[in-house]
Amino acid sequence: MLHDILIAPFLEFEFMRRALAGVVALSLAGAPIGVFLMLRRMSLVGDAMAHAILPGAAIGFLVSGLNLFAMTFGGLLAGFAVAILSGVVARNTELKEDASLATFYLASLALGVTIVSMRGTNIDLLHVLFGNILALDDQTLLVIAFNATVTLLVMAVIYRPLVIECVDPVFLRTVSRAGAPTHMAFMALVVINLVNGFHALGTLLAVGLMILPAGIARFWSRDITGMIVIAVASAALSGYAGLVLSYHGGVPSGPAIILVATVLYVVSVLFGRVSGLLRQWFPGRHLEA
Amino acid sequence: MRRICAILVAVFCVASALTPMRLRAEERIKVVATFTILADFVRNVGGDRVEVTALVGPDADAHVYTPSPADAKTIATAKLVVVNGLGLEGWLPRLVKSSGGTARMVAATDGIVPLKEAPGGHHNVDPHAWQAVPNAKIYVENIRRALAAIDPASTETYRANAARYRAELEALDREVRAVVARIPPDRRKVISTHDAFGYFAAAYGVEFIAPLGVSTESEPSARDLAKIIAQIRKEKIPAVFLENITDPRLIRRVAAETQAKIGGTLYSDSLTDEKGGAPTYIDMVRHNIKTLQDALDK
Repeated sequence: MLHDILIAPFLEFEFMRRALAGVVALSLAGAPIGVFLMLRRMSLVGDAMAHAILPGAAIGFLVSGLNLFAMTFGGLLAGFAVAILSGVVARNTELKEDASLATFYLASLALGVTIVSMRGTNIDLLHVLFGNILALDDQTLLVIAFNATVTLLVMAVIYRPLVIECVDPVFLRTVSRAGAPTHMAFMALVVINLVNGFHALGTLLAVGLMILPAGIARFWSRDITGMIVIAVASAALSGYAGLVLSYHGGVPSGPAIILVATVLYVVSVLFGRVSGLLRQWFPGRHLEA
Repeated sequence: MRRICAILVAVFCVASALTPMRLRAEERIKVVATFTILADFVRNVGGDRVEVTALVGPDADAHVYTPSPADAKTIATAKLVVVNGLGLEGWLPRLVKSSGGTARMVAATDGIVPLKEAPGGHHNVDPHAWQAVPNAKIYVENIRRALAAIDPASTETYRANAARYRAELEALDREVRAVVARIPPDRRKVISTHDAFGYFAAAYGVEFIAPLGVSTESEPSARDLAKIIAQIRKEKIPAVFLENITDPRLIRRVAAETQAKIGGTLYSDSLTDEKGGAPTYIDMVRHNIKTLQDALDK
């Protein structure tokens, strides 16, 4: 019975197995990125970057048609350009990161829309730019896995300065000059993972699989390592449960995954061990030595 | 090039001087059709009396189209707006109103008995009536009547053009029936991404099964996909089809999991440009029936 509900769909249909593999790869790389975004109070940056990437991918499509690499490359290029330009402005002028990012992503979006409409095609770009988690072919799956691998490797290299920059950027500046490069590398990872998410989840919801697990993790752990582990686990769990929900309930898969993550988030807000609401309303007895 | 043509036509008109009221090329009647297939009908009936613009151009999708200010301008200067009707162009009445034009509007599907739409879509009836060739004749008749009402001087021309085109459509209809008759009855079923072929199916007895609803906007769930795969395996459906407008990756996945043949491209909602496989309606139907035959014939 339980086997029928939870496991049989994946045994019977290859597309379910592929979807699961894709979503796990996304979770492994995206969730840690989300944790750092959250710790640096940049959770909405993911969303802004997603909009910055779209035009690049659209231009890639216009130049060479429905070509996975052209679109990925275009998206990466637009994302990097926005990340680097806003980073440069933020670090060298009075304007803060969020404001300069907003400026550049809006410029990128406007440019993209202009170029697309100048070509005058009315093909719904959403269908073209976004993949579908249910239709992962070998090529897409490899791109996702490759990007996830690169992300994890780069994360391993920049992990220490990244953590220090999260908790005490001034200290990092006094002991090392790794701050700026680390930040840039991190933004590059954000871009890569967003492009990844587009291929897999098929909508702007890609951002959701990055940010929601980080939010969940915040309520269960105080240290970064714990948060990352919980974020990855809850992202993968949402992916799996979302696919099962989509299979039995007929909900579109991308939204189903994010909705499951949202439920986990609400549960965490209420019952979380760290500053969950219930915990605050009914604090336990003070422990006395 | 167009100007040279225009001059030639004008010279010809003056030279022949059969009717003094002949419209010169600049006075062609401006007609706006919402998409390319309607535009092709109008062109065939109107001939060189009309100048046709399609709002939704080649290879684009009328379901998710959003009008631009240039379109409003086109409509504002038009004498006649030809729409499909049956709920396909939900955005059009607002556009006509806001463009401030005085164009007459005609629904080319007037008089067609609409089919109920497949479950899961957004319209109440299936708007894709043009896929059955007998319906195309009704489209042509409606368009002829509308053109004659606007330009009574050329009534005879429209009647002759429409009669000639109707004969072509009748030949096309016989052609389609002949091809379908050659396919064994138990193999007359296919999967297609976009169930725009309800009228085709009803007219010619080829079953179309779609993994998505009628509108291309809805996203499939894992359950939909699993159902369709299970169905193909169970009923041994021989072929699945890509279309020119929806996500081909989805269909490729279904094909990979069922060993059904991927049957090439069927054109449903729009014609292609000159270089593509279906620049006119007749080409489109011919292309579709040939593609079906290749996939379903042993």
